[in-house]
Amino acid sequence: MRLRSLAIGLLVGGLALTACGKEGTPSNDATGGVSTTPKVAEKVKVEGSPTFDRMTQNGKVVIGVKEDQPYLGYKDPTTGKYSGFDIEIARLVAAKLGFSEDKIEYKTVQSAGREAAITNGDVDYYVGTYTINDKRKAQISFAGPYFVAGQDLLVRADDDSITGKDTLKGKKVCSVTGSTPIQKVRDEQLTEPENIVEFQAYSQCVEKLTAGEVDAVTTDDAILKGFAAQDPDNLKVVGKPFSKEPYGIGMTHDDKPLRDKVNDILQQAIDDGTWQNIYDATLGKSNSEASPPTLERY
Amino acid sequence: MNILIDYWPLFRDGFITTIELFLLAGVASLVLGVVLAMLRVSPVPVFRAAGTLYVTVVRNTPLTLVFLFFVFAYPYLKILKLSYFTAAVVALTVYTSAFICEVVRSGINTVPLGQAEAARALGLTFGQSLSQIILPQALRSVVPPLVSTLIALLKNTTIAAGFSVPEAGRIRSILADDGENQLLGLAWVSLGFVILVMVLTVVQRTLEKRWSVAR
Repeated sequence: MRLRSLAIGLLVGGLALTACGKEGTPSNDATGGVSTTPKVAEKVKVEGSPTFDRMTQNGKVVIGVKEDQPYLGYKDPTTGKYSGFDIEIARLVAAKLGFSEDKIEYKTVQSAGREAAITNGDVDYYVGTYTINDKRKAQISFAGPYFVAGQDLLVRADDDSITGKDTLKGKKVCSVTGSTPIQKVRDEQLTEPENIVEFQAYSQCVEKLTAGEVDAVTTDDAILKGFAAQDPDNLKVVGKPFSKEPYGIGMTHDDKPLRDKVNDILQQAIDDGTWQNIYDATLGKSNSEASPPTLERY
Repeated sequence: MNILIDYWPLFRDGFITTIELFLLAGVASLVLGVVLAMLRVSPVPVFRAAGTLYVTVVRNTPLTLVFLFFVFAYPYLKILKLSYFTAAVVALTVYTSAFICEVVRSGINTVPLGQAEAARALGLTFGQSLSQIILPQALRSVVPPLVSTLIALLKNTTIAAGFSVPEAGRIRSILADDGENQLLGLAWVSLGFVILVMVLTVVQRTLEKRWSVAR
């Protein structure tokens, strides 16, 4: 008798929980769901690439991604599924390298740990708002860029006082601890030092923005658009980018064969319209246009 | 070496903030900790229960959660607006004082019961006997664990970096974003902490010597 009531209790509880999960969290298409199922290439060979050899040996590909950026690199907390623009790009590259969806292992790596994860071989390649710059190129290498973002501002929808980077004086500005965008705000004295707020995650900054404790969140527009699209009634992106952030696919420093191969894959996706399809299905849902970037091979 | 010279202002300001955090939270949690210990040994059951509840709840909560509460949940209560630095001091104080309380209480238990009875026989009130007879004897016997708790507090300050306090724990994220060698940067940060802990160790030794009891 006791056992039965326990079982019933568990069942009812479980049902209630799943119902909650479905109601409370945005459904798949709200966060940029699967729209493009790339064709898995067969018999791919990348001559002289140690990373590719390791991938074929393990029979799977480990991709470093982010998990807290809606529409870009996002992990659904209930289903554990990853979705977004970066994820679609990562999936496309994997497919063209001959790895189907079930052979992909996503690994969340925070910004500060990216170089280490790549050089240690924890991930085969990394796709997650990874800005190409020379200092990083000294440690790792980049294919791409597959997207060009720019630093922008996210503000409350009813706030008309912030129209660009020169109107930030006296406003509280938030971003992730030690990130380039907040350093730029500090170095160019866009606002007073005591008005700079730094947290571990963008979502915490957005939470403070909606609560009215900070006035603007600053980082790449791609990330901000994702948050704006999640809560369009309360948030908007100012839309005047004041920097250029080319996003690349990070891989080990000396793996030129794989880098060339990935660049070929990206170029093909840009040429045949796959890139645009991916964009429209994810970041494009925030009603902002974007055009494919020009690759920088080296 | 280069990394330390190139980023000297970052290291300097970071460690100054760390020290400020430590000193403020240290003093506050010593005071609050002793008060809590007094509650826990008081003859009034309600006070004892309150002290026990505090220690049980706070000591079993991860410090990050205490921080999360004061930075993200507390503002919704709209009581008193705390700056992020103050919030960090409060979070560290609330957390550390639970440990200090237990250390001080164990010290109180080392003082022979006869001392309290003698004080009472002389006509001292509970407060008087505690503050003038028992606590002075109790504190001197718990200097090493007390300093250990303070060392833990010093290192715990690095959690504040994630909550908008620019202290030494934040140095790594900036170095990482600039593409510098993080291991080298972290080595310098740990050296800074070793130096700070060594200062605390010296304080501990001096106090132990000065307060040593001839037995």
